[in-house]
Amino acid sequence: MALLEVRDLSVVFQRRGEEPFIAVDGVSFDVEPGQTVGLVGESGCGKSVTSLAIMGLLPKRGAKITGTVKYDGTDLLKLSDREMRDRRGRDLGMVFQDPLSSLNPVVPIGLQVSEVLERHRGMPRKEAMIEAKDLLDKVGIPDPNRRLKEYPHQLSGGMRQRALIAIALACRPKLLIADEPTTALDVTIQAQILSLMKELVQDLGTALVMITHDLGVVAGLCDEVNVLYGGKVVEKAMRHKLFAEPRHPYTHGLLASIPRLDAEPGEKLTPIKGSVADNIPWSQGCAFAPRCPNALDVCVQVTPAEEDQLGRLLRCHNPVVPGTPAAEEVPV
Amino acid sequence: MALGVSKKEKIDDLAETAGVSLAASAWKRLKRSPVFLTGAVIIGIFILISLLSPWLAPHNPSDPMLIDQVIKARNEIPPAQPGHPLGGDLQGRDFLSRLLIGSQQTLIVGIGATVIGLTGGLILGTLAGAIGGWVDSAVMRIVDVMLSLPSLLLAFSIAAMFARPSQFTVILAVAIVQIPVFARLLRGSMLAQRHSDHVLAATALGVKKGAIVFRHMLPNSLGPVIVQSTLVLATAIIEAAALSFLGLGNPDDRIPEWGQMLGDVQKVFDTHPQLAAYPAICIIIVALGFTLMGETLREALDPKNRR
Repeated sequence: MALLEVRDLSVVFQRRGEEPFIAVDGVSFDVEPGQTVGLVGESGCGKSVTSLAIMGLLPKRGAKITGTVKYDGTDLLKLSDREMRDRRGRDLGMVFQDPLSSLNPVVPIGLQVSEVLERHRGMPRKEAMIEAKDLLDKVGIPDPNRRLKEYPHQLSGGMRQRALIAIALACRPKLLIADEPTTALDVTIQAQILSLMKELVQDLGTALVMITHDLGVVAGLCDEVNVLYGGKVVEKAMRHKLFAEPRHPYTHGLLASIPRLDAEPGEKLTPIKGSVADNIPWSQGCAFAPRCPNALDVCVQVTPAEEDQLGRLLRCHNPVVPGTPAAEEVPV
Repeated sequence: MALGVSKKEKIDDLAETAGVSLAASAWKRLKRSPVFLTGAVIIGIFILISLLSPWLAPHNPSDPMLIDQVIKARNEIPPAQPGHPLGGDLQGRDFLSRLLIGSQQTLIVGIGATVIGLTGGLILGTLAGAIGGWVDSAVMRIVDVMLSLPSLLLAFSIAAMFARPSQFTVILAVAIVQIPVFARLLRGSMLAQRHSDHVLAATALGVKKGAIVFRHMLPNSLGPVIVQSTLVLATAIIEAAALSFLGLGNPDDRIPEWGQMLGDVQKVFDTHPQLAAYPAICIIIVALGFTLMGETLREALDPKNRR
């Protein structure tokens, strides 16, 4: 049994007098201890909502969550508020996107780290501060004794994200969810943070759910990748398989649109046509069909089912033939 | 040489800002702000005067020592004379002494009303902002009703409800009027905090509700409330003066109060405008001092402005 088992997770946002919005539509995936699973997709494909649903951080009113999220055999969605609060930070950690706004601006870093330790491990303040110093040291913050007393604005972006990781890992959670932890950082810092996360995950045997739109991050970190589109997983495979042989036209398009170092000078990028807004509901066919170069008539009539193809899950009527080069250039 | 010194100072500065608390660094910047210093000097002098007024005042403020001059001149105001630099009032009492002692009342009423108003506002605002839902709606509707009445009119009505006006009723009337201002302000910034990333992050760490409200939401919401309270000090002083001016203050005029002094001299304003000018100028200067301090305090306490 996997540490985290997400089955048929759906999140529907509903406001009175408005059409319900299906943000996440039957997503399933497993995470084993020590494994890193990526959730990839464009903005609005349901990545962040999935993570918030797992953490129980979606608003009670307006968001209808169905399916199961089993952590170590317990369904997190059935826990009471109080039980869930006890688990957050202790069993489940989360690292957010923007390290500056995710830290409390008027509380020194040390107190923000020790707060979790006091809360979940019942440490007295003094002891928690010593532990906090060790944690900052472990995530590579130089001069941790001084940094303990500093405020978030006095730290650089990379250091803030390191501090957030220290806070998230303070109680050694078995599961860590990272929601685009590197988007707000520049490239060199991104690389440092990613290698830090990789190291910590390996050292502590933490299961990691990595949410990102950056395929570079996926390539460097994830064992298994789930590609999301319109709230559904359209392709799921081990990392090597996915990168070597993308079968879903969306995955293929994503990979083809990455700028390459070995491209000819003057060569145009190959974007995916249209935007996320150009979709049809999954109930009437494939949401990606309006943007898909491979679309057939059947794509806008029948919802593609999820098919298991030799360890790869694929939801497509007309997948890309292995070996197809990047999609044809878009005329400008 | 001079350059060397300033460079060293700068390095010391940098070393100091590295690990100091928010309050300490705010104080460092306040010390250099001329606007804050002006306000602080005004308030400092005002507080000193009101504390020391029993010794500073040359005469007993309630002693009609110049009354024979008033009677002799048929209700004439005693003019300035040796021993009485500002002359006397309608009852022949030394005007300077009354002004000095009057600062006590202004200080007590201003601070008392602000503290009570702030406490009430903090409680209501925290309830509304932290709990939300129907508590929020209920509190805010009450606040709306109170805010829909002109503040002075509301203060008059509250003061007039008491059969026997006293200093305490003035404080209470002015304080109640300030509660909705504080409550609405705090609730607004609490709501903004509730949806902020760092509160979500704290929730994701399993921090308890109480700690989220008091450690994460409230301290980040207090900035505007602190500014408001210094500004309210100014309005409280003015409103208390207005109440006394209209006779809703302490009826015992042996204890002088600036607003009451202003009201007393209405009849002779044409002939002796200076008697109205002195208390009026005092009220304006003190209100200005609190306003100047409040504005600079807000800027200094904003962590984003830290250098």
